[in-house]
Amino acid sequence: MKIKSQRDFWSGLMFVVVGVAFAWGSAVNYSFGSSARPGPAYFPFGLGILLALLGAVVLFKALTIESEGGQPVGAFAWKPLLIVVGSIVLFGFALPRLGMVVTLPLLITCVSFASDEFHWRDALLSSVVLTIGSWGIFVWGLNLVIPVWPTFLGG
Amino acid sequence: MDLINNLILGFGTAFTLQNLLYAFGGAVLGTLIGVLPGLGPVATIAMLLPSIYSLDATPALIMLAGIYYGAQYGGSTTAILINVPGESSSVVTAIDGYQMARQGRAGAALAAAGLGSFFAGCVGTVVIAAFAPPLTELAFKFGPAEYFSLMVLGLIGAVVLASGSLVKAIAMILLGLLLGQINTDVISGTPRFSFDIPELTDGINFVVIAMGIFGFGEIIANLGQPAEHREVFTKSVKGLWPTKQDFHDAWPAVLRGTTLGSVLGVLPGGGALLSSFAAYTLEKKLSKHPEKFGKGAIQGVAGPESANNAGAQTSFIPMLTLGIPPNAVMALMVGAMTIKGIQPGPQVMTSNPELFWGLIASMWVGNLMLVILNLPLIGIWIKLLTVPYRFLFPAIVVFCCIGTYTLNNNNFDVFMTAAFAVVGYIFYKLSCEPAPLLLGFILGPMMEENLRRALLLSRGDWSTFLSRPLSAGLLIAAALMVVVVMLPSIKNKREEAFQDAD
Repeated sequence: MKIKSQRDFWSGLMFVVVGVAFAWGSAVNYSFGSSARPGPAYFPFGLGILLALLGAVVLFKALTIESEGGQPVGAFAWKPLLIVVGSIVLFGFALPRLGMVVTLPLLITCVSFASDEFHWRDALLSSVVLTIGSWGIFVWGLNLVIPVWPTFLGG
Repeated sequence: MDLINNLILGFGTAFTLQNLLYAFGGAVLGTLIGVLPGLGPVATIAMLLPSIYSLDATPALIMLAGIYYGAQYGGSTTAILINVPGESSSVVTAIDGYQMARQGRAGAALAAAGLGSFFAGCVGTVVIAAFAPPLTELAFKFGPAEYFSLMVLGLIGAVVLASGSLVKAIAMILLGLLLGQINTDVISGTPRFSFDIPELTDGINFVVIAMGIFGFGEIIANLGQPAEHREVFTKSVKGLWPTKQDFHDAWPAVLRGTTLGSVLGVLPGGGALLSSFAAYTLEKKLSKHPEKFGKGAIQGVAGPESANNAGAQTSFIPMLTLGIPPNAVMALMVGAMTIKGIQPGPQVMTSNPELFWGLIASMWVGNLMLVILNLPLIGIWIKLLTVPYRFLFPAIVVFCCIGTYTLNNNNFDVFMTAAFAVVGYIFYKLSCEPAPLLLGFILGPMMEENLRRALLLSRGDWSTFLSRPLSAGLLIAAALMVVVVMLPSIKNKREEAFQDAD
C-alpha cells in the first residue's frame, strides 16, 4: 500500500490516536451514566469516537485518492522549533527565581539563535530595549505582578 | 425610541475620557502589530491580551475591539504595500492594491481602503444596534436543545465557509471540543483528564492555546522558511488623496461591499473573510472592464475592504446576542469576557447594558480613530514594515511569555504554552487549519452542558433535538450546508474560489 498524501496520512493517524485515547480514557476512568442521566464520560466518549471515525476517513482518503506530488510533510525545522520551545521553558523556570532583569535578556539572547541572521550586537540591542520596554509596559504601566529582581537579592 | 436611548447610553459610555483612551490605545496597538508582516488578528489579539488583565470589563472589551479593527486595518496596509496580506481577509485586497502600489497609486489605494472601511464601519455599527435587541429576544426563547443545535450549526458553518479540507476541519473542531473536556465536570464535580495535576482541573486557559498555536506556532513556521527579500513601496506613497475619477469609481463599490459584508458577517463562519471574497467576485462580475481587475482596479480594493470591515462589525452580533462566536477572533472575545467574569449570552444586554451599548458605540469611535490614525500617519507605519524579522520575533516571544506567566502568575501556563507551540507547528506541517480548534475549544463546555441538560429534560430521548421545531430547523440547516458543499459542482467552485486567492 502506498501513501498518496503524506500530510493527510499523518493528520488522520493523529485524529484516530487522540480520539481513541479520549474515548478509552473517559470510558475507563469516569462514569458513563445513561442517556437520561449523562455522566462525566458521556460527552467526551462520544466526541472521541466521532473524532476517531473522521480520522479514519482522512486516513482512508490519504491512502486511496491521488494528490499532487504526494503532499510531503517536508523537513521539520528542528533548529527554530527546539530553540523557541526550549527558550520558553527556560523562561518559565527562570522568571520566578531570577526575575525579569535577568530572565528577559536570557530569553531574548537564546531565542535569537533561532534565526539564520543571528548577530550578537542585534541580540544585545533587543535585550536592552525589550527588557526596559517590558518593565515600562507591564510593571509600571499595567501594574502586573511580575518578579523584577532575582530572589537572592531579596527583591 | 429605544434604539436612540440605547445609543445615547452607549455613546455616553464610549465618550468618557478613559474609554476613549482605551479605544485609541487599542486601535494604535492593533495597527502597530497588524502592520508587522506575518501576524494575523488572532495572533495579535492573543499577544495583546495581557494588556487587559488589569482593566474592568467594559474598557477591556472596548480595547480588544479597537485592537481587532486596528489589526484588520494594518493587515490591509501590508497587503497593499508589500503584497503580504496580514490576515486572510485582506488576501483579495493584495491582488489589486499591490498592483496600484506598483503603479505609484499606493496613496489612492490606502485612502480607498481607509475611507471605505470607515463608511462600512458606520453602517455596521447601526446594523448591530438595530438587530441585536430582537435577536436577543429570540435567544431567550431558546432551551438547551436549541442552544446545542445552534452551536452545531455555528461550528459547521464556520468550517464550511473556510478553505481547505472539510473533513479535517470538522476533525479539528472535535479536537478542540475534546481539549475543552479537560476540566472538572460541572454536574458531577469529577476532575477529567487532569492526570492529578491540580492546574489542569480548572481546564486549559484559552490564552495558552491561542498563544501557543497561533503565536509561537507561527513564529516557528516563519523561522523555518528562508528569509524573503520583499519589495517595499515606501517612497512611492505620495498624493494620498484619490482623484475625482477614483472617487467616482470607488463609491458604488463601497456601497455594494458594505451591504454584502453586513449580511454575510452575521452568518456563522462568515465575518470578514467570506465578505471580502464575495465582494471581489461581485465587483469583477459587475464591472464594465473586468480585464482591469488584477491590474490595479480601485473597485477591487474599495469593495472587499468595505465588505471585510462591515463583516468584521456584524460578526459581533452572534457573539453579543447569543454568546456564540462565529469565528476565531470572536472566540477570543468570548474568552476575554469570561476572564472578566461575564458569561456571554443573551443576558449580557440586560445585565450589562453599559458594556453592551458602550462596546457598540465604541466601534464607531474606533473606526473614526483608525481613519485619523492611518491616513495622515501612514509614513510611520511604513517605517515599521521595514523592521527585519530578527528584531520582531524576539519581541513577540517576550510579549507572549510575559502574557502567559501573568495570566495566573504561575509558570505552569508557560510550560503548557510551550507544549502547544509544538502542537501548533505540527498542525502547520500537516496543513491542519487551527482556527476551528479554537472555536471548538471555547464552545466545548457550553455545548456539553446544553446537551446534557437537554437530555435530562427529555429523559434521555435523543429525538428531542428533532421534535422541537427550532432545534430541528437549525440541525437541518447544518446538515444542508455540509451536503451542499459536498456536491461536486459546488466543491469545484469552492476550491477554485480559494485557489484564486493563492
